[in-house]
Amino acid sequence: MRGGPFILVLIAVAAVIFGLARWLDNSYAFFVGYVVVQYIVLGTAWNILGGYTGYVNFGITAFFAIGAYSSVVLHKLVPAMPLPAMIVVGGLMAGIVGVGTGYLTLRLRGVYFSIATLALAVVVQTLITNWDFVGGARGAYVLRPRTAPLIGGGYIDYLFLIMLGLCVAALATARAIERSALGFGFAAIRDDEAAAEASGVPTLKLKLIATGLSGGFMGMAGAPLPFYVTYLDPSSGFSLNYAVNAIAMPLIGGTSSWLGPVVGAVLVGGLQEYLRVTISSAVNVLVAGVLMVVFVIIAPQGIVGLFKRKRR
Amino acid sequence: MDVSLDLLMNAVISGLLLGGFYAAVSIGVAISFGMLDIVNIAHPAFILLGSYVAYIANTVLGVDPILAAVIALPAFYLLGMAVYQVYYVAFERRDDQSLRGLSFFFGLLFIAEVGLILVFGVDYRSVNAPYIGPSLRLVLFDLPYRLLVPFLVAMAMAVGLQLFLSRTFLGRAIQAVAQDQLALQLMAANPVKIKRIAFGLSIATASLAGACLIIIQPVEPSIGREYIGRIFAICVLGGLGSFPGMIIAAMTLGIVESLTSTFFGPSWSPAVAFGVLLVTLAVRPSGILGR
Repeated sequence: MRGGPFILVLIAVAAVIFGLARWLDNSYAFFVGYVVVQYIVLGTAWNILGGYTGYVNFGITAFFAIGAYSSVVLHKLVPAMPLPAMIVVGGLMAGIVGVGTGYLTLRLRGVYFSIATLALAVVVQTLITNWDFVGGARGAYVLRPRTAPLIGGGYIDYLFLIMLGLCVAALATARAIERSALGFGFAAIRDDEAAAEASGVPTLKLKLIATGLSGGFMGMAGAPLPFYVTYLDPSSGFSLNYAVNAIAMPLIGGTSSWLGPVVGAVLVGGLQEYLRVTISSAVNVLVAGVLMVVFVIIAPQGIVGLFKRKRR
Repeated sequence: MDVSLDLLMNAVISGLLLGGFYAAVSIGVAISFGMLDIVNIAHPAFILLGSYVAYIANTVLGVDPILAAVIALPAFYLLGMAVYQVYYVAFERRDDQSLRGLSFFFGLLFIAEVGLILVFGVDYRSVNAPYIGPSLRLVLFDLPYRLLVPFLVAMAMAVGLQLFLSRTFLGRAIQAVAQDQLALQLMAANPVKIKRIAFGLSIATASLAGACLIIIQPVEPSIGREYIGRIFAICVLGGLGSFPGMIIAAMTLGIVESLTSTFFGPSWSPAVAFGVLLVTLAVRPSGILGR
């Protein structure tokens, strides 16, 4: 399937999902759907760098929270600003931070980048905890409008629609990368960086593109968060759950294609929601971590990889 | 800003002591990352495990936390060997350390943190020992025993391990693995066995480091994450695989952090390690005393 039709199919699927949620007319469905779709975006964003180039980013929460807190700032400065504009700003901010971190560390071995991103999460959290304008350690309240603009209904409907739109954009980008020269360059870096460099692949430039795109999408996924939770404090915005889920879902689903993060997010996100309702909210966060460790040991190619192997 | 000499002096001294403690925390990673090339980002989780072992021994049985950690050393050693065995079979043998190996340790870190939350809750826990509280008063400055004891434990650990690595046959074999694994194989030694022992040692240090941690500050399950940045900043700054470099780096970081928290407020100190790490990676990735 070519790029254009693929995007149309994605939009159609998203429209059907949104129509279904509207028809159910149950705000719980919107709240759960938002979380799952948000994880598809986060997982896809992580996979653009992690799965395609092989560089592991552990600082998902940093990028995610940069997006979320840039919305808090914008909302305080310009209360009337529409959400899509905030998402663009949040994505840009996170993308810039991604490129900056990458520029300093990506010239070295891959592990240094991973370690730097781990530390980046702590540092961004420290900065925000000390920044009184966005509430500091006390947290910030964001009043969301009662009704959604343009489409009517509850505001959560609107948030869900926005997240679905982001998801379409992220998946279309990921699939376009896979099939372009950019994607082949990424794969060359992942398989043998020295050989790629020797063959004339501009490795640092490609890695910076991947880091910027990946960080940008994470920031965009985080930008609507303040409106979803209405109260945002550093410890919830920087919760390790986001990082673990965003890494676990692509690894469980399979890192080699755009479908992997989708499969992983739907399965793990659905399972977590089920466990949260039936057992307890403490157990559901464990699931992603345990599943991730089990999958990287037993099924390194993920679920998509298992099916591909069977077909051959 | 009113910088009194007295304040500066005390900040530097407590930074030095804190740096000693940081050396205890980092020495395990100096072995696993510096010598074995295993990027064990879950090391802080093992340290926290050590803290909680010391906490249980102290509150239930009334044992001194350091003594409890010494008793727990063999258990941590075995745990480390077991973790290495899984890591070797699942990742090193398949030559897939970077993406999945890192994710494996990240998963361990997370599972340990959530597990500790499920068992102990998110409350801060602390221990009781006679040396927590009083200070050794010298003419110009005070030495709090709470910091002095971990400092001495760390130095004992570093000296002991350095002697072990340079004087014993096994220690030299570990250094040989760090230098050239293939050559070791040609000498008919099994690098996997030696790495297993070395990784066991690196996790064993977490037992003592954990006891030191809970002596210095109350502990809750998520503080381990703050130490990841510090540990790797110290190991990279010190130069991988060099103990003297690591101790110098640990003290440098301790002093800079102590000065930061004295003059800018303690809430800023977690950011220091990241700054040090980034500057080192950008300017001199091989560290102060790098190979």
